[in-house]
Amino acid sequence: MTESPIVQSTFLLGRFNLQAIPYHEPILVFTFIGVAIGGAAVLGALTYFRLWGYLWREWFTSVDHKKIGIMYMVLGLIMFIRGFADAIMMRLQQAWAFGGSEGYLPAHHYDQVFSAHGVIMIFFAAMPFVTGLMNYVVPLQIGARDVSFPFLNNFSFWMTVSGAALVMTSLFVGEFAQTGWLAYPPLSGIAYSPYVGVDYYIWALQIAGVGTTLSGINLICTIVKMRAPGMDMMKMPVFTWTSLCTNVLIVASFPILTATLALLTADRYLGTNFFTNDLGGNPMMYVNLIWIWGHPEVYILILPAFGIFSEVTSTFSGKKLFGYTSMVYATVVITILSYLVWLHHFFTMGSGASVNSFFGITTMIISIPTGAKMFNWLFTMYRGRIRFELPMMYTVAFMLIFVIGGMTGVMLAVPPADFVLHNSLFLIAHFHNVIIGGVVFGVFAGIAFWWPKAFGFKLDPFWGKMSFWFWVVGFFFAFMPLYVLGLMGVTRRLRVFDDPSLHIWFIIAAFGAALIACGIASFMIQIGVSILKRDKLRDTTGDPWNARTLEWATSSPPPDYNFAFTPVVHDSDAWWDMKQRGYVRPLSGFKPIHMPRNSGTGPVLAGISFVLGFALIWYIWWLAAVSFVALLAVAIHHTFNYDRDFDIPAEDVVRTEEERTRLLAAQVNA
Amino acid sequence: MRRLRLLALLPLLAALGGCKFEVLAPTGDIAAQQRDLLVISVLLMLIIIIPVMALTAFFAWKYRQSNSEARYEPDWHHSTQLELVIWAAPLLIIICLGAMTWMGTHLLDPYRPLDRIGSRTVVAAADKPLVVNVVALDWKWLFIYPEQGVATVNELAVPVDRPIHFQITASSVMNAFYVPTLAGMIYAMPAMKTQLHAVANQRVESRGFSANYSGAGFSKMFFAFRAMSDSEFDSWVREAKGSTESLTRQAYLELEKPSEAVPATFFNDVDPTLFDAILNLCVEPGKMCMKEMMAIDAKGGAGLESASANLLPLMHDKHARRGTVFGGAPSYVVGICTPEELATALTLSAADTSAAASHRADSAPVSGAGLPIPGFSPALLPAFTSPLLPTSEADIGPRRPSNS
Repeated sequence: MTESPIVQSTFLLGRFNLQAIPYHEPILVFTFIGVAIGGAAVLGALTYFRLWGYLWREWFTSVDHKKIGIMYMVLGLIMFIRGFADAIMMRLQQAWAFGGSEGYLPAHHYDQVFSAHGVIMIFFAAMPFVTGLMNYVVPLQIGARDVSFPFLNNFSFWMTVSGAALVMTSLFVGEFAQTGWLAYPPLSGIAYSPYVGVDYYIWALQIAGVGTTLSGINLICTIVKMRAPGMDMMKMPVFTWTSLCTNVLIVASFPILTATLALLTADRYLGTNFFTNDLGGNPMMYVNLIWIWGHPEVYILILPAFGIFSEVTSTFSGKKLFGYTSMVYATVVITILSYLVWLHHFFTMGSGASVNSFFGITTMIISIPTGAKMFNWLFTMYRGRIRFELPMMYTVAFMLIFVIGGMTGVMLAVPPADFVLHNSLFLIAHFHNVIIGGVVFGVFAGIAFWWPKAFGFKLDPFWGKMSFWFWVVGFFFAFMPLYVLGLMGVTRRLRVFDDPSLHIWFIIAAFGAALIACGIASFMIQIGVSILKRDKLRDTTGDPWNARTLEWATSSPPPDYNFAFTPVVHDSDAWWDMKQRGYVRPLSGFKPIHMPRNSGTGPVLAGISFVLGFALIWYIWWLAAVSFVALLAVAIHHTFNYDRDFDIPAEDVVRTEEERTRLLAAQVNA
Repeated sequence: MRRLRLLALLPLLAALGGCKFEVLAPTGDIAAQQRDLLVISVLLMLIIIIPVMALTAFFAWKYRQSNSEARYEPDWHHSTQLELVIWAAPLLIIICLGAMTWMGTHLLDPYRPLDRIGSRTVVAAADKPLVVNVVALDWKWLFIYPEQGVATVNELAVPVDRPIHFQITASSVMNAFYVPTLAGMIYAMPAMKTQLHAVANQRVESRGFSANYSGAGFSKMFFAFRAMSDSEFDSWVREAKGSTESLTRQAYLELEKPSEAVPATFFNDVDPTLFDAILNLCVEPGKMCMKEMMAIDAKGGAGLESASANLLPLMHDKHARRGTVFGGAPSYVVGICTPEELATALTLSAADTSAAASHRADSAPVSGAGLPIPGFSPALLPAFTSPLLPTSEADIGPRRPSNS
């Protein structure tokens, strides 16, 4: 068993020394070898095929919201797989460590694994997924050519990457936090977590948080200011509405996280006593603050998923969404209420009965608008013509699974009931039930739905359905046993067990995790197969699902400028309305289109931020100073860059649009 | 409520299969009431959940594309009546659930002294609850029985049918004190005192544990929970008295150092000021107690000089304190009264709190139709006018996590 080493700092390397490399942990060494070989292969291939220049010019420096959206999805997928690897390790350990066995993970490692799993899944998998989808879809849905601040968008993305890279670095250099995903003090204070783990946590989240907050501001401005003429607020597509609410939540809640972590940083670096035991510190304040951010955070994740399900349900039912207005109000009510429920995460702290019941009841009230949404989807299906394509299958699975999660959530919202279930595996089962059933299925539905828009061909349905069934069945196998275990009084984050009657449930849960692994593998195969069969799956119409909103009015993939002419909107289902009224695509009169220019400043700033974070984590002060100055210098330098925009000449627009005309004509003739 | 007892049989059936559904089939009255709330809330929600799930499946099947028989109305998207129903139905359920939550939360407030020890047995006014002081250590549990003058590590014994008043704190990081068969959990936090009132109704050998992750040794941080008859409890106390070890402050400082999977240990004697000193982070000789510091601060503080003049370098603070990079050397505030004064003050305040805690403070019981009215019996009324009871809230002292 290895403990965190306590080391003296040196000037040159700070706390860093050879001990920081976990070469004595076989699991990590093998992982490192795997990552190194895989990484070398990828880098080698990129070099061999001379793709670096292409990637840098066309992708990394791109300010095109579509490309940034796709990069967010790639980041989310990579981190999702990392987070899932952590999940498999936990399931294996818990199924193994019975009857006197210590399992295969010592506490120092296991405690990092469950902390990393939570942090990665929320911040670096789910967040990039929803941000990526919003980034890609929202400007198209509102008929805009890009977001309000295209450079900021690129910078936000790279800051998120920088944070993710820090978390990944902690795997092989030093350690990650052993505190759980919210790092409650005093455990996360310097007295009880003296080494680098919590510092990795803090700086990764702070750097990624900059990206998230700026991206929130960007999307709010985009939705508020850049809607096509005629699209007033109550004609916005529902996904755009939920995105707006999500980004309002981001902008209003992430600063709380930043401030809370800054106070924790002050405790750990400067010796202040905000959250220490001694000298007036109060850890209960941290728990309150972190959940004032943390509860809106779960709505940040679920609201866009609700939006996706709304679009999918009405598209595949071939019907206008039932109760658009009540759907919008339900979303807004959820947004507001999500700030009034944070205390339900710690009823057991000893607040008074009146405080606990207040927060219990506000929590239950949230289920009213959520229930209304559920009924709205239900009555959208009613008297529809439902096509069970993959996105619709995910939607129906969501509706069935999410209500179970909602019910267990309300059970936990009754304070006396929470006293017996808090922190138990029942709680774990509950939030995986809503996050997998809601957010993950929403993201998969969104990917399957918008993939043809992004790449011009549909995803292979067979492997999609394989993935779907593995996920759904795997979910039940993996999490229903946890509900049972919670009712048997088993708490979370345990590493070893001695009660043999629990064993079978953990084995079933591990089996479920294996099924989910098959689901993820099928998803990857689906992408590979679809790319190979892309000619067969090709969509030349730009509207493969006979859909309803504006993103389907343009070609697949859309041109850089999205729309040659800004569309005019008369109805909430703008594209459907255009199709009904016999819309004819304009074929002449094209003008030059004003567009933002790519910039490499985003990746450079994020790279320097990574170095700064690393230096602060390891107490390498000279490097921190140098990188901080560099960060300022590059940022100031960028303000003198006046070469920020260009015009796509009218001839190019004409060429692109004629190409599309040919494709559409071929479609009609075929 | 009584009919719901039948529902408790369901998990018992499952329990026959070898599983111990402790949460659903507890042996303590508080945990049983908490279980009842859980079951009622599920039943209430099923009223809406089941139709929704059934309709989802039915609509998905009926309106599938291949079924050309089904009506197709692509433009139907609004119905005021339906909208009213879909907002009102969940609202009604939540009104019921909310009312239940409000009452249940007040009735089962862990800080509220017990009025009943079973659905039909009211606590007699003269019954004093058994006080147990609980300290979550790294990574074991210390139980101090002030009345009996004994202490144990990792073994909690209580007599059946006697109300128990737990006063809970922790030495270093947050934990949660949880005995599933007895009552719900409550956090154990350093420098804070939380409380739990509970009662065991059956003789049982079970276990309790920390339900909040607290570091490397967390997985083995459990203790034996033994509910026993009065006579068994007396002989258990005698057994503890027969131990050779005594829990002095020095012994506590040794005990609180991190250790895992510690076997049950008894102490025949306990420093009566120890729990209060643990709570105020001043077990170490010479360290200023939190409440002393707060009392000084409440009177305007001791001036800026005291911040530097009154500090001594910290020799021992738990297991890993190294100070912060920019924060200077670790230090602590020196107490400013003599050890004798301190001991007197601590004894007095310990007596204060136990006196305040022992009476039933809620003279206005929460009540509501459908729930039993706690402690409401005309026979009990004279007890509320006893001259021993405090007359103002201030006398009762703090009832929430507090430093004193």
